[in-house]
Amino acid sequence: MTRLNWFTFSSPATFYPLAGKCIPWLWAITAVFGLSGLFMGFFIAPTDAVQGEGYRIIFVHVPASWMSMLIYLVMAGWAGAGLMFNTRLSYVMAQALAPTGALMAVLSLATGSLWGKPMWGTWWIWDARLTSELILLFLYLGYMGLHASIDDTRRADKASAILALVGVVNVPIIYFSVKWWNTLHQGASVSLTKSPSMAQTMLLAMLLMTFCFWAYSMAVALQRARAMVLERERYTDWAQQLPEVRRGQA
Amino acid sequence: MNLVAWGSLDAFLTMGGYGLYVWGSFGITAVLMVLEPVLIRQRHLQALQQLAQELQAQEGDAASSPQQEPSVK
Repeated sequence: MTRLNWFTFSSPATFYPLAGKCIPWLWAITAVFGLSGLFMGFFIAPTDAVQGEGYRIIFVHVPASWMSMLIYLVMAGWAGAGLMFNTRLSYVMAQALAPTGALMAVLSLATGSLWGKPMWGTWWIWDARLTSELILLFLYLGYMGLHASIDDTRRADKASAILALVGVVNVPIIYFSVKWWNTLHQGASVSLTKSPSMAQTMLLAMLLMTFCFWAYSMAVALQRARAMVLERERYTDWAQQLPEVRRGQA
Repeated sequence: MNLVAWGSLDAFLTMGGYGLYVWGSFGITAVLMVLEPVLIRQRHLQALQQLAQELQAQEGDAASSPQQEPSVK
């Protein structure tokens, strides 16, 4: 019996073609969940009794907010794995996730703002939930900025990994901010401890959109990781012998 | 499950007075989610191009100067 060696996958030369095979499937999942989520969200989920049609913003706001936090945790996980095992690919994965996490944080803040204007009467307020999400965006930007400011890739990987790990404290702060402080932001509509306080079809649309955002994030992060692997490994034989490089040269 | 009775395209676009906010939210999401993969694709193609150049330079070296310089290590 051959034992599966998980470290095989941590070799960039193995990762590059493998990720390339996964990406089209992830895009297909993104499209299927996205289209069904949009259909559900606009044509099946009923009008909200209090917020009218304006509540439909949650179908992008909640998935973006969840993903902004989840991506941070995964990014910090890869950063930690990089520090522990010193595997090149772990740092690549952490670095590849950061811009997508930042994008999700931007979307969360922007759509939240577009929701806040008609519902609360203000685009922005220094509320605990909003402020901690803004800090999350700054953590992503800080991580990317720190990495970009150090020339030596190995040192940049390590320094930014430590920053990513320290920043993890912020994620539970965001998540529990609506419980710990008296904030304007409403509490969780969906939580693990109680049944959701919303119509079944609304919840289903939100979950479909969440899966869509999740698959999207995986697809773009893997795509970015593939590009980064090529950039980092440009002096290696395996990268130079790739069929797409040979073809591009001809 | 019943379909939402929007009635007309206009009613759908107006979103009960929240049109600007709802379509603004979905719009910015769509724009960013299209832009990001396009930028990554460009970055990937650039990396491939760089690799091809690297390879060409090496093969060029090997062809033009066979055992001219003894490699000093």
